Amino acid sequence: MADLFGLNNFLFLMGGFKVTLEIGFFSIIFSVLIGTLVGIARYLRIPVLGHIGSLYVDIVRNIPCLLCVLIARFMTPLPPTMSGILAMSVFTGAIMAEIVRGGINSVAKGQFEAALSQGLSRWQIVYHIILPQAYRNIIPPMVSQFTTVIKDSSFVWAVGTEELTGRGTILIGRYSDTSHLFIIMGCVALIYFIVNYSLSLVARWEHRRLTAKSY
Amino acid sequence: MGVNNPFALYKWQALFDARDIFIDGLTTTLEVAIGALILSVLLGIIFGIAGVFPNKFIRVLNRVYVEFFQNTPLVVQVVFIYNALPQIHIVMPVLLIGIIGVGLYTGAYMAEAVRGGILSVSKGQLEAAMSQGFNYWQAMWYIILPQAKRVMLPSMANQAINLVKNTSVLAMIAGGDLMYQADSWSGSNMYYGPAYLTAGVSYWIICFLLSKYINKLEKKAEV
Repeated sequence: MADLFGLNNFLFLMGGFKVTLEIGFFSIIFSVLIGTLVGIARYLRIPVLGHIGSLYVDIVRNIPCLLCVLIARFMTPLPPTMSGILAMSVFTGAIMAEIVRGGINSVAKGQFEAALSQGLSRWQIVYHIILPQAYRNIIPPMVSQFTTVIKDSSFVWAVGTEELTGRGTILIGRYSDTSHLFIIMGCVALIYFIVNYSLSLVARWEHRRLTAKSY
Repeated sequence: MGVNNPFALYKWQALFDARDIFIDGLTTTLEVAIGALILSVLLGIIFGIAGVFPNKFIRVLNRVYVEFFQNTPLVVQVVFIYNALPQIHIVMPVLLIGIIGVGLYTGAYMAEAVRGGILSVSKGQLEAAMSQGFNYWQAMWYIILPQAKRVMLPSMANQAINLVKNTSVLAMIAGGDLMYQADSWSGSNMYYGPAYLTAGVSYWIICFLLSKYINKLEKKAEV
């Protein structure tokens, strides 16, 4: 029992947690970028790019995350963590694109016309007028999507990338006792819970701040 | 059309020869999806109502359920159920583990959708119904929930689609679902292209048909 709580096991789990955070962090950044670019392309109805964006969203939103993980691992030459980041970014990017679209649609149409009448170019309008207002509205759903990224990054264990869930599962295999199983999985779940619950508190706090500000 | 082409014709030929495996997987996926959907909607309604229940202890139960299942990964939950049950001498087919795991996870999201829907109906409706002699449950069932449906359905629909995608978690506990079959078949012969494309198209069609069906439901609920 003492062995279970040894420093080695702790470091072993933390090594997995580091990979989870790496994949989570970069996937969040890339998916917000993808979502924003696709959102703009669709909003401005840029020829070809707008259509590719819509096609991308319609395809990726209806396939499982795990499929993206498998494709990125086995059909690209990328190393494990990178392929995980690629899969999670592409998968989440489609969801972010929908969130961004919702945010852009929530900005009154008159804003675009008013800015156009002031002589701003379409890109200037998007950058200075539309996006700042859109982002304000979509921070809560975006942040709660971040928690989904952290959770879904556990799918990369399916291709043998040792993130937090993977390390936890490996540890289970080393101990045979029922109580060990509960303790190990409990610790893994607790770590995810702390990260995600903090994020969802941020989302809720933002939501309250925004609704308080906008009446 | 060499060996390096991931979609070479002979690979498709091999997949066609092994079609029974894929049909088997697809059947399992559909079974798990339908079972989990029913379970999650049931849990969603029960815990959704619990979230607005007058009794504080019941409301806390709703929070504990929702926060736990929304903030920990489905993979961890399913791996836990898969490993823990045999240890306490409960032997279950993987199919059932999938239904319970995915159903419990999605149920938390359904509960939030139901709770949001109920909260969108003005409070006076419940009071009015109860003043007319409805008890709490009758008022909930006949007056509140039908009105809440309009707000609930879109987010429940989203969750239903997520549920179908998430049934692929079974692949991680050798669940014999479509993703597992595609993964293990292509893992043995490296014909990833056709296997993943077939799996992807299958999931896509299921989700697409589901969203079409839900759109129809939503239109009906609006009238």
